[in-house]
Amino acid sequence: MTHAPSSNTLGFIVPEPAARPGDTPDFSSIGLKLDSPAPRPDPMCPASDTHTLANSLVRVLNDEHEAQGEWNPGLSAKDLRKGLHIMLKTRLYDVRMFKLQRQGKLSFYMKSMGEEAVAAAAGMALRYEDMLFPSYRQQGLLFARDRDMVDMICHCLSNQRDNLKGRQLPVHYTWKEGNFFSISGNLGTQFPQAVGWAMASAARGEDTVTASWIGDGTTAEGDFHGACTLASVYNAPVILNVVNNQWAISSFSGIAGGNNATFAAKAIGYGLPCLRVDGNDFLAVYAATGWAAERARAGHGATLIETVTYRADAHSTSDDPSRYRPKEEAAAWPLGDPIERLKNHLINLGEWDESRHEALTEALTKEVQANYKKAESYGTLREGPHAPVSSMFEDVYAEQPWHLRRQRQDLGV
Amino acid sequence: MSDSAKMTMIQAINSAHDVLLENDERVCAFGEDAGYFGGVFGCTQGLQEKHGKSRVFDTPINEAAIVAMAIGMAANGMRPIAEIQFADYIFPGFDQIVSELSRLRFRTAGQFTAPLVLRTPCGGGIYGGQTHSMSPESFFTHIPGIKVAMPSNPYDAKGMLIAASESEDPVLMFEPKRLYNGPFDGDPHKPALSWSKHEKGEVPTGHYTVPLGKADIVRKGDALSVVAYGTMVHVALASARLAGIDAEIIDLRTLVPYDMETIAKSVNKTGRCVVLHEAPRTGGFGAELIAQIQEDCFYALEAPVKRVTGWDTPYPHAFEWQYFPGQERVTRAMIETLEA
Ligand SMILES: Cc1ncc(C[n+]2csc(CCOP(=O)(O)OP(=O)(O)O)c2C)c(N)n1
Ligand SMILES: [Mg+2]
Repeated sequence: MTHAPSSNTLGFIVPEPAARPGDTPDFSSIGLKLDSPAPRPDPMCPASDTHTLANSLVRVLNDEHEAQGEWNPGLSAKDLRKGLHIMLKTRLYDVRMFKLQRQGKLSFYMKSMGEEAVAAAAGMALRYEDMLFPSYRQQGLLFARDRDMVDMICHCLSNQRDNLKGRQLPVHYTWKEGNFFSISGNLGTQFPQAVGWAMASAARGEDTVTASWIGDGTTAEGDFHGACTLASVYNAPVILNVVNNQWAISSFSGIAGGNNATFAAKAIGYGLPCLRVDGNDFLAVYAATGWAAERARAGHGATLIETVTYRADAHSTSDDPSRYRPKEEAAAWPLGDPIERLKNHLINLGEWDESRHEALTEALTKEVQANYKKAESYGTLREGPHAPVSSMFEDVYAEQPWHLRRQRQDLGV
Repeated sequence: MSDSAKMTMIQAINSAHDVLLENDERVCAFGEDAGYFGGVFGCTQGLQEKHGKSRVFDTPINEAAIVAMAIGMAANGMRPIAEIQFADYIFPGFDQIVSELSRLRFRTAGQFTAPLVLRTPCGGGIYGGQTHSMSPESFFTHIPGIKVAMPSNPYDAKGMLIAASESEDPVLMFEPKRLYNGPFDGDPHKPALSWSKHEKGEVPTGHYTVPLGKADIVRKGDALSVVAYGTMVHVALASARLAGIDAEIIDLRTLVPYDMETIAKSVNKTGRCVVLHEAPRTGGFGAELIAQIQEDCFYALEAPVKRVTGWDTPYPHAFEWQYFPGQERVTRAMIETLEA
């Protein structure tokens, strides 16, 4: 999209998305080159060899649902079904939790609808020991690592079994056993922290990599640029993922500079390698993550990956996207739906069919429901039981200083 | 005589922007989601459509850059009003506020100034967890060179925002988000109240100002003085009323520079004082107030000055009401101060 100032006056430009409510969705401006898939450079190549990839798109699944091209990771049918399972579980979990928020059971919720492949595929491509520094929209990583769903819901309910003792907003998970760092509500902070974690791992000579995720909108924060600088300077074994889901609450990716260059292209200035990936193509995300992990593990440092996807639902339970984008936009998204695409691929291979899909959907729906029932038996936000109130004064410091002890006594707990 | 209308605090803030944008072409307003959408709380809703995209617009998500851009614009003759989406997210902009904004006039011997307004919703009570609940005012009251304000009702919010934008100094205005849609007296079990039944919900539609630096005595009394601001003003009023305590309640409104004259006059009269804030206790603004009260009113005091505050912990999601300094704690402090 170009925004020329009117000829007779100077002024500054405030970019606008191609379509607002009432308009016909239009994605022609975001430069998706679907017919010329990106080549796959050697993972040990110089960073500059990847820089033409900043403007193409790594794709494996074509519109006929076939896996093709150099990036095809050649996954077994079993692994493909596992990927489908993780994505579907994520979606059904999200749907249920969102509903529960509407019923007043949760204070808040955020779905990852439409971008499930980003977390599910990366989660499968990485090793369990690899450290994760996600944003709040990669709950699929937890399912990829088989986290107990009851524990996840207990966190969202802030109940007595919440491993975070009721201290965090729902979806701001922490899971140390699963090598999953603490999700912050403050945007972007995790990105440079991930680089630091990666450097500590490298300093000990471990061959684990660290992966982090940040939203398109959040690339505007200084922390994004700090992370890229650090990762490049120190050759840190880290994978820096920009999840470009086109929206940051109500502002489209152009407000973060996405009209003028791709997010992948930001890597060029830092001398980092980059990949721009069809984020709704499970196999492409899997392959790109594998490429970056192999490179990092071999001591060749960080990669910036842009996953191009679409936030198919509201930003959160506090948001109403019909006020700022066309309702039909999700359906018009040219990269389709990640679950549908992998499902159709499996069907194409003769490894899946509609009735199995329906059965899986039903089984997972029941699983989520049963897990919610179980989680609720440990308490809810409004009714409790919670962690003891006195626990609010714990973990502020390693040991409780006198003033906190006094405040706890003041509260009578 | 200008007309008036019933307004929520959001509508009053919106109306202040509207009046300022209308009256002064140097004024512009921006922030994350503040343009087309009109802000996540709606404080700038409809203003882009009315005043144009170069006057009300979205910014990238970078609070440091938002503050810095506002400094540059203000220094170059504009009157920006920037929204920081939540006070919890102001910290990437802290360096620009502490090291640049507040000192520009001083370090350039007045050659450059940055008369701008930063507005940001603060405070808890909406189950926002630790990243949507902070009251970080005391980080900013410690900075020489910026004015810090926190209105407690629609009438003051509009008048103070206009005064802030017309001030030659940079002003940071905290807006207690729990008060946006109605007064909140600290009792979460009561149905939400509406501003339409509150006298301060009646707001002139046109231009007026509420001067910065002037406190408001919202309830007269002789037994003790209560100094509060933001949401705690309403908690204090309800506590005094329900406990039948003859408290004089001062809504500070501006924290820097604060209205010591009004405070001292009241404390010298009552001889007893309680200071309230939702922010944590240690190093909180209450400490400053109490230090000054004991310096100026020591010989009039008949009891130690007490503080009721949030605890020295992050704002816990599940324990919102055990954290929030509600009526029970406020009433207890008032009684202890009366009996001391
Ligand atoms: C430092 C900071 N500033 C602002 C916010 C408020 N906020 C929360 S999410 C969000 C939009 C983020 O968009 P994006 O980075 O694209 O991620 P997405 O939500 O699309 O996954 C904003 C502005 C915040 N949480 N932290
Ligand atoms: Mg986004």
